[in-house]
Amino acid sequence: MMEGHDTVPQQEPRPLAAQAPGEVGQAPAMHAARRQWLAHLGTLGAFGALAALGWRGARAQAATPQVVQVIAKRFAYEPSDIVVRAGVPIVLEVKSLDFAHGMSFPDLNLRADLVPGKPVRITLPAQPAGMVDFLCDNFCGDDHETMHGRLLVQA
Amino acid sequence: MERRDFLALAAAGGGAVFASALAGCASAAASGSYGAAGAAYKDFYFVQLSDTHWGYSGPANPDAAVTLKKAVASVNALPEPPDFIVFTGDLTHTTDDPVERRRRMAEFKTIAADLKVKTVRFMPGEHDASLDFGAAYKEHFGDTHYSFDHKGVHFIAIDNVSDPGARIGDEQLAWLQADLARLDKAAPIVVLTHRPLFDLAPKWDWATRDGAKAMALLMPYQNVTVFYGHIHQEHHQVTGHIAHHSAKSLIFALPAPNSQPNRTPLAWDAGQPYKGLGFRQVELEPPYKDAPKVAEFPVVRA
Repeated sequence: MMEGHDTVPQQEPRPLAAQAPGEVGQAPAMHAARRQWLAHLGTLGAFGALAALGWRGARAQAATPQVVQVIAKRFAYEPSDIVVRAGVPIVLEVKSLDFAHGMSFPDLNLRADLVPGKPVRITLPAQPAGMVDFLCDNFCGDDHETMHGRLLVQA
Repeated sequence: MERRDFLALAAAGGGAVFASALAGCASAAASGSYGAAGAAYKDFYFVQLSDTHWGYSGPANPDAAVTLKKAVASVNALPEPPDFIVFTGDLTHTTDDPVERRRRMAEFKTIAADLKVKTVRFMPGEHDASLDFGAAYKEHFGDTHYSFDHKGVHFIAIDNVSDPGARIGDEQLAWLQADLARLDKAAPIVVLTHRPLFDLAPKWDWATRDGAKAMALLMPYQNVTVFYGHIHQEHHQVTGHIAHHSAKSLIFALPAPNSQPNRTPLAWDAGQPYKGLGFRQVELEPPYKDAPKVAEFPVVRA
């Protein structure tokens, strides 16, 4: 119980608003540009590029996100325990089979609306090792309350 | 009804009196006057019932078909009738079938019509309204959000469930702002709603997505108390100067916020049927400088 504890209501979670159908978190144009840049990096040779940009900048630019496919349906995510690596940005490609489920990460203050039949890309910043809870936050029917999961972030 | 009578009723009913020592400065006056017209009011109380989930069938409550009827009988048996009764949502249990949804609502209405006190205010929960944006609810119970005045107290019913995303929505927030604007900042206000307006447990969907906006509208008012449901347990929490009291359900209890990984119903105890279920009385005393007083009652008297 949280009796006597003053809380300030959090602001509404930042929506990962789709810039284009099926794309959440990054505009398609930026993706294409990033792919081209990585191709150039390969041809120059990794060391030369790193020296030119500086170590930190190169690492951030070169971090390829890990991509995980997820299914959402009444009333579960599959997988519900999503294993990811720490320190690497995450892209979840989430396809809902049946409903405009939500996928909310309260600890990250991020959420997205899913679209039945169409994959939605959810981009999450790199996470430290640990667990991050997520849940469906669009009421979807009888077992909505059991529709949740965890990112298992492994070092 | 004098306060000592209320305390005596609470003792006779086996309920515990919980005085929330909050909003506003304490006043020694047991009765007095409030209201622009200067009319003199005496204390009054209302009954809050919540989360009846009519239509639920499952192991968490093998007595689901009669729990609501027993609660109605218990309310009818109160020695002193309340001024009015409120149901704070999840009147019915969710179903995907629009025909079944309406059947459950009609049945619920029939059972609720057995209440001797005829002033009854309903509001929806997500089980009632989230799958059809409140369409069936409105057919059976009318507006999903509204306000009314009773003996100088302003009551506001906020709908945070017709949107499946648990949003009140900008249109309703504008209505709320306009409704509040005509009130004095010291006016006694009681908010009735289904979901918590604050982030009680977002990982359990125990929140309202734009609840912070409603709270921002309410904060300038010094005498606001919120009664809600949704979480199937008695819970008391303060945000700033505003107290929030959730109600027990009349179907099955749920675990304390974030106390376990899963938000699953607490198991039915055949030795203590209806454990964790119940309804409450809320007493308000003019001039309403003291916070409302709450007394919890079991479904059936032992």
